[in-house]
Amino acid sequence: MKNKHWALILAMLTILIVVSGCKKKQPPPPPPPPPKAPTATLSAEPTSIQPGQSATLTWSTENADDVALDGNKVNTSGSETVSPKETTTYHLTAKGPAGSTDATAQVTVSQPPPPPTPTPTPAPQLTDEQMFAQAAQDVYFDFDSANLRPDAVQTVANIAQAMKSHPNWKVQIEGNCDDRGSTEYNLALGERRAGSARQQLIQDGVSQDALKTISYGKEKPVCTDQNEACWQKNRRDHFTLLK
Amino acid sequence: MNKNRIYFVLLFIPLVLFFTPAHAQDQIKTGTNIGAPLVMAVPDFKQANTEPANQPLISVFNDTLWYDLNNAGLFTLVAKSFYPSQVPGFPKEITLNTWSNPPISAAMLVFGNLGVAGGKVNVQGWLYDTKNTQYPQILGKQYQENATVENARHIAHEFANEIILKLGGIPGPTETKIYFISNRTGHKEVWSMDWDGANQQQVTHLGGIALSPRISPDNSRIAFSELASNSWQIRMYSLDLNRMVSFPRYGGGNYSPAWSSDGTKIAFSSSMGTGSSEIFIADATGAGPRRLTTGKTDVSPVFNPRTNAQIAFVSGRTGLPQIYMMDADGSNVQRMTDQGYAVSPAWSPNGLLLAFSWVRHYGPGIPGGADLYLMDIASRQIVQLTHDGGRNDFPSWSPDGRHIVFESTRSGTPQIWSVLADGTHLQQLTRVGRNTQPNWSYR
Repeated sequence: MKNKHWALILAMLTILIVVSGCKKKQPPPPPPPPPKAPTATLSAEPTSIQPGQSATLTWSTENADDVALDGNKVNTSGSETVSPKETTTYHLTAKGPAGSTDATAQVTVSQPPPPPTPTPTPAPQLTDEQMFAQAAQDVYFDFDSANLRPDAVQTVANIAQAMKSHPNWKVQIEGNCDDRGSTEYNLALGERRAGSARQQLIQDGVSQDALKTISYGKEKPVCTDQNEACWQKNRRDHFTLLK
Repeated sequence: MNKNRIYFVLLFIPLVLFFTPAHAQDQIKTGTNIGAPLVMAVPDFKQANTEPANQPLISVFNDTLWYDLNNAGLFTLVAKSFYPSQVPGFPKEITLNTWSNPPISAAMLVFGNLGVAGGKVNVQGWLYDTKNTQYPQILGKQYQENATVENARHIAHEFANEIILKLGGIPGPTETKIYFISNRTGHKEVWSMDWDGANQQQVTHLGGIALSPRISPDNSRIAFSELASNSWQIRMYSLDLNRMVSFPRYGGGNYSPAWSSDGTKIAFSSSMGTGSSEIFIADATGAGPRRLTTGKTDVSPVFNPRTNAQIAFVSGRTGLPQIYMMDADGSNVQRMTDQGYAVSPAWSPNGLLLAFSWVRHYGPGIPGGADLYLMDIASRQIVQLTHDGGRNDFPSWSPDGRHIVFESTRSGTPQIWSVLADGTHLQQLTRVGRNTQPNWSYR
């Protein structure tokens, strides 16, 4: 009987041991967190000034214990008023246990706009020739025709306008032909082409005394290729301001 | 094309023969049909001596004589390859039946000799009728001039003209001149040359733009149109004085002068007064210009040289240019062509034909292939003279009415060409620069 008693005690001890051996262990204390890298921002307001004006630099840092602005130790965050004479870039250096970083901000110093000139420069004066050249574009004709096309009528109207505001102008109208026609007939055709523009100018109010016509036939081509594009360029009235 | 040529021969050859003056009938009865060319043998002239200076002269002489007779419009020359190797230089060296029998079968024989002696060139030349065994000589001529190549050429032209006159009844063109415009100096100036293109010489030295040269009927003056001081004027060059002579300046643009064949009048195109080109007539001095037309684009007048009572001209009054005709007082205007682009009328010396330049179907996009045509004025029948490409313009008749000189681009650039009035014997006369608007002298 006594044996059973021991057996019971042994069993209980065993259970006790096993149970105590299975108890969750206590975790070890965590290691201290690593130091965080420092951050830094620097800004200027305004970023652009004129000489004599000032700008405010504002900065902030994190995880830094040694902050310097252009080498001068400053608070970890703060602001400062600067008044550079010329464009300047400011450097903020932030050092902490985990390293260092920097930030920059630039203050642009712009030259002041020139003082407004007392009398504005006048627009460059166009010579008569330039004004004439702007108005007196060549007018072009259809094949074997001396009739002014609608676009030519408009061009001639522009010339008439310019001539009426310059009553001293004398204009030579030069009729030209493409080189397919016969030499002598082309002189007569060019004469007619010049005459068409002359007639229209007179209709538009230009004095006939201000107008001279001449035919160059096919003697003065601007283009000598043998194709329609070239022939068209030569079937024209050209206008010249006579001195 | 061959068909056209055949029609042409049928129509044209009888016209020339029937309407040439009475004295122009063949004077030599050879047994050949009228109108058929005489078969002619022209062996090289023989050297009369052993003078080395003969060589350049005889070479030019033989070439010139051959060209003149071959292109005269009267003869068929038998090729030299058929001739005996020993050609005759003197009458005593002639065996007539050698030349009259096959294979040569020539009706006419031209032969002679050339020799340089004492700085002079001597030429003897004969024309023989090979079928007349008793009196074969038709012509015997002798020439002496200073021994130059130019003189050898000149003697050949002179002798050829004697032959043409004898067998054709009227002088040939071999001693005539052709006036034309050339830009070979960089400016358009008036030039002259012989009928075969030799002896090209600059006439004017104006440095501007000269156009439309027209020689006076007496060969003393050239009228032309010139752009100078910003104005087109009729100008006058004296061939007697070798300088410009005065002619009135008119208003407007003045173009395309034309002489009456008696030399007393000038017709031209002018925009004086009206501002558009019209046909005017004035005295040969330029006095009293009078307007004849009201067509607005009238140009290129030419007198009927037979009567001087009519003027043909070009007008664009209805659109594309056409040939018109009117009396010399401006009345009785008739349109002669009915379509296309017709310009540059040239009246034949006998007054019966108009040569002109025509693009029958003209319009934008159609290449400008102008050809020469001949119109019989009375019947208005038209035959085509040129077929061979390029733009052909400004025909002008030789004084014998057998040749036409004209401007053509068939070689790529405008050059002067000549052709027989039956469309054969086409010859290029100029090659340097651009050469235009030929005008054949009246004699």
